[in-house]
Amino acid sequence: MLTVSIYRYNPEADDEPYMQDFEVDTQGKDVMVLDVLEKLKVEDPTLVYRRSCREGVCGSDGMNMSGKNGLACITPLSQAVKNNKLIIRPLPGLPVIRDLVIDMGQFYAQYEKIQPYMINNSPAPAIERLQSQEERAKLDGLYECILCACCSTACPSFWWNPDKFIGPSGLLQAYRFLADSRDTATEERLAKLDDPFSVFRCHGIMNCVQVCPKGLNPTRAIGHIRNMLIRSAT
Amino acid sequence: MVTSITSLGRSGLSDWLLQRVSACIMTLYVLFIVGYLMLNPGLQFADWQALHGSLPMRMFSLMTVLSLAAHSWIGMWCVFTDYVTVRLIGPKATAVRIFFQLMMIAVTLLYTIWAIDILWGI
Repeated sequence: MLTVSIYRYNPEADDEPYMQDFEVDTQGKDVMVLDVLEKLKVEDPTLVYRRSCREGVCGSDGMNMSGKNGLACITPLSQAVKNNKLIIRPLPGLPVIRDLVIDMGQFYAQYEKIQPYMINNSPAPAIERLQSQEERAKLDGLYECILCACCSTACPSFWWNPDKFIGPSGLLQAYRFLADSRDTATEERLAKLDDPFSVFRCHGIMNCVQVCPKGLNPTRAIGHIRNMLIRSAT
Repeated sequence: MVTSITSLGRSGLSDWLLQRVSACIMTLYVLFIVGYLMLNPGLQFADWQALHGSLPMRMFSLMTVLSLAAHSWIGMWCVFTDYVTVRLIGPKATAVRIFFQLMMIAVTLLYTIWAIDILWGI
């Protein structure tokens, strides 16, 4: 039997959060953490968490499993269980709405700040804006971000200043548009990132890289932004 | 975003560059002093005084003192703006943070002036 300890908090009924232990028979199978939650949800329908695609694409079920952020649907028990115990908490640093569901408003506010869309005011060509293979290759490792918030909520700089530091996810997306040959607002984008918080609160501890379920490297993207700022400002 | 008035360079990029350059200068100074002490095992007071009395060494020491001041200013400013915030300690945080930041700046300036006085008093 596997002991699963889950963070529970219902603001309408509980004075404060608490950890609730469940015993789960996984029959020795190395199932995903989400499978365990689904099984528990049948036993206790009051357990609340987000989920959707159950295959690591939608980014809904980001949570903290035995101390490490990740997607429950693609994290096998063999990676998350320690001493026959699985501890599940909501992603840290953002307000909890209920149980494992967090309020991601601050996360999305930072995403909105970086203008996550193409800016190009030149007349649109007849068919499409073309890129060379090399130009397109620069977007690899950037466009794959699914905004699950595992990285930003693993970042202490984001915990302390979620209203000022854009966070690894937002900065990865910022570089995705800075690196895009079709975008013409590079200088305007860079001008908004020069303050002491937006980019420069990153101290390069690489928690984001360690937890990204898509294997992306926000720290490297932040380094590229810094280099672009240096090129522009010196 | 409102410009920070207590950060050293008023810009993240300038603080970042200053932090790296000052770290390099301090590293060179430490390497030089350690190397000098290792190469001069029977060092006498007069030798040490002659070393620090020379103008190039005074300039190197002064650069290191200024680097240390800039480096600690930027570092401590980061610490205060991380931990002494309304989010973490409540509504009194702004007054507390300004107090700590001004104290830090005052202490940094005092130590810097004192170091200059020592260096040029050798």
